[in-house]
Amino acid sequence: MAFISSGYNPDKPMENRITDIGPRKFDEFYPPVIKKNKGKWLYHEILEPGVLVHVSETGDEVYTVRVGGARLMSVSHIREICEIADTHCDGHLRFTTRNNIEFMVDSREKLEPLKQDLASRKFNGGSFKFPIGGTGAGVTNIIHTQGWIHCHTPATDASGPVKATMDVLFDDFQNMRLPAQLRVSLACCLNMCGAVHCSDIAILGYHRKPPMLDHEYLDKMCEIPLAIAACPTAAIKPAKFELPDGTKINSVAVNEPRCMFCGNCYTMCPAMPLADDVGDGIVIMAGGKVSNRITAPKFSKVVVAFLPNNAPRWPETTDCIKKIVEAYAEGARKYERVGEWAERIGWERFFEKCELDFTHHLIDDFRDPAYYTWRQTTQFKF
Amino acid sequence: MAKHETPLLDQLESGPWPSFVSDLKQEAESRAKNEKGIEYQIPVDVCEDLLGVLELSFKHGRTHWKHGGIVGVFGYGGGVIGRYCDQPQMFPGVAHFHTMRVNQPAGKFYTTEYLRNICDLWDLRGSGITNMHGSTGDIILLGTTTPQLEEIFFELTHTYNQDLGGSGSNLRTPSDCVGQARCEWACYDTQAICHDLTVEYQDELHRPAFPYKFKFKFDGCPNCCVASIARADISFVGTWRDDIKIDQEAVAAYVGGELPSNGGSHAGRDWGPFDIQKEVIDLCPTECMWLEDGKLMIDNRECTRCMHCINVMPRALRIGDDRGCSMLVGAKAPILDGAQMGSLLVPFIKVEEPYDEIKEVIESIWDYWMEEGKNRERLGELMKRQGFQKLLEMTNIKAVPQHVQEPRHNPYIFWKEDEVEGGFQRDVNEFRKHHQR
Repeated sequence: MAFISSGYNPDKPMENRITDIGPRKFDEFYPPVIKKNKGKWLYHEILEPGVLVHVSETGDEVYTVRVGGARLMSVSHIREICEIADTHCDGHLRFTTRNNIEFMVDSREKLEPLKQDLASRKFNGGSFKFPIGGTGAGVTNIIHTQGWIHCHTPATDASGPVKATMDVLFDDFQNMRLPAQLRVSLACCLNMCGAVHCSDIAILGYHRKPPMLDHEYLDKMCEIPLAIAACPTAAIKPAKFELPDGTKINSVAVNEPRCMFCGNCYTMCPAMPLADDVGDGIVIMAGGKVSNRITAPKFSKVVVAFLPNNAPRWPETTDCIKKIVEAYAEGARKYERVGEWAERIGWERFFEKCELDFTHHLIDDFRDPAYYTWRQTTQFKF
Repeated sequence: MAKHETPLLDQLESGPWPSFVSDLKQEAESRAKNEKGIEYQIPVDVCEDLLGVLELSFKHGRTHWKHGGIVGVFGYGGGVIGRYCDQPQMFPGVAHFHTMRVNQPAGKFYTTEYLRNICDLWDLRGSGITNMHGSTGDIILLGTTTPQLEEIFFELTHTYNQDLGGSGSNLRTPSDCVGQARCEWACYDTQAICHDLTVEYQDELHRPAFPYKFKFKFDGCPNCCVASIARADISFVGTWRDDIKIDQEAVAAYVGGELPSNGGSHAGRDWGPFDIQKEVIDLCPTECMWLEDGKLMIDNRECTRCMHCINVMPRALRIGDDRGCSMLVGAKAPILDGAQMGSLLVPFIKVEEPYDEIKEVIESIWDYWMEEGKNRERLGELMKRQGFQKLLEMTNIKAVPQHVQEPRHNPYIFWKEDEVEGGFQRDVNEFRKHHQR
């Protein structure tokens, strides 16, 4: 392959350089019906799962068909999205915060052909390319992080467990039978690029073994003070070692009982890897939300301390999630989110209804907030 | 014939949900065929090697990616994340596999023309694999080699009038909800302010000068569809301070069962006839609603704008007209010191161009955090370490009861000298005239 220059001159990097222009302006991309009615919308209605209508005070309507997408997406797939948008939507579309794709049309007549087109497209392996759904009191797309496809610190994969979980929850993506919306999120380590800490159900990758120490290389590959400073529990201290050949080297020592397995040391120091096929796995959290509706936003709580990384379909994880969803569907009142339901019936009842074991790992012992989670009343259920 | 056998990944091709494995294979095949005769600038078999390395991770239960190393484009300290494979001999196509973050347009609306241009660029100079979108909001271009970085940046800026997003210890790419573009609940134009602040703070976005990352997110209403309250150092949540607008005819239509509750979102199950008392009035967290002669009444002064009644009856109830936003600060995911929710700093502020008042608050927060924050300390952690009072002092905001859930549990108040009459300096001998040793 021959190198093709963009026009950039490596000898004069500042020549014709354009910087700090920011993103393209949003209104270049609005469909005409959006541009005309922005700020004038009166109300909306979900006509069927995945299909919304918004009605403007001008009398205009916009119909939206929402489809799920694997956020990992090839340019071939994006071009197919463009082809659909060109055929039905005058060349416009948008993405949602939860990696869904929204196709918008300005009249009801255009809806059926668009829906049929979307529903008819499948990958060679048989999965839908554009499943319609993700609205209302159901499950929408899982937001997630990179996992094994592109990250250096993950304790689990992302795209794999998400595909497996969405296959199991697929009916609830296309149905609205739940008491309220149910948001599932995945972060492949506790750094949580995906910010899953306020989700109805969170799938979280977690390491369980302290870092290994590559003593011979540690001082060459890392700034030791940075590695020490990165540890939130002060478990790392400087140490001197002697290699088998007698060379004296500077390295670090880890106070293993203090390690919380966050991997921050590894981020600062590549000579402290902690990934492990048996040690790594998944934590399930539940009951968080970000909406201010009825009750304040809530953090998710840890309800399962560890499930193994059982690739390619993580059956222990998907079984657990399915159990929580079914117990919630059965027990919660209309409009009640998972966390609100758990608080109403009591967490002791939550574990019973979801058929989950309670273990000592689920009692908070991390710093001050822990105390506020212990039971400080005689009110509890048998 | 595929370059690598992928028996584990192949099992993720079945099932209804879109299979990323099928998509990666489709891209691998498209590159191998190269029907358009593209002069690929990175290895043709990059997608095959990506499948191969992922299969190996599925087998090993461990990632095969190494740390970044310092790569980027000249003059920027963010927007490019370096990535190298730890088995480059087995998977040479992804030996160097750097990510570029492209700053998405506010609201994530696109024309197909724009997306096709990005696809063409990424086909030629990258792996053809993207994330639409990353967690922060950017378009993620996943996988290219170091020599291509400047070329991609040059083409983005010169041909497509498009800049990179943020990474590292700087302002991260701001993001917003769909807002007034297509939502009746948006209390301000999320796209307008998201774009304005992104452009205003390009220097902070591209050149790391902060203790750690810093995020803005814009939610048009308290439903918080972009989760700003949970993950932004400053979250802007739309709100109003006058009365909810009521259309009593529409209320009657909901009560009469002519309109579906919650915009039709519960249609998958028979929940029985709509009961306004049980479903709206009794669930109101402040008990500020009641029925009077068949009319819905609201004591708006007691309303905390939780959105429940508006969500349930979107055609009967509308947000008020005196609109703006609340600013909450310090939210973050758990690392390092535990998760933090945003704390209310500015109960109400108007959101109007040129946003001077809002920028004043932002810049006073940055001044404080850059002065006092430790390396890798998020704003929320600094607030915990130094106290909410310090933040009020530094932003020159007066304490109000809205700032707390409840007043402090202990009387250990750190009185300052200038708050106590006469100050702290006293004459012990004067004291001893009246109090023997």
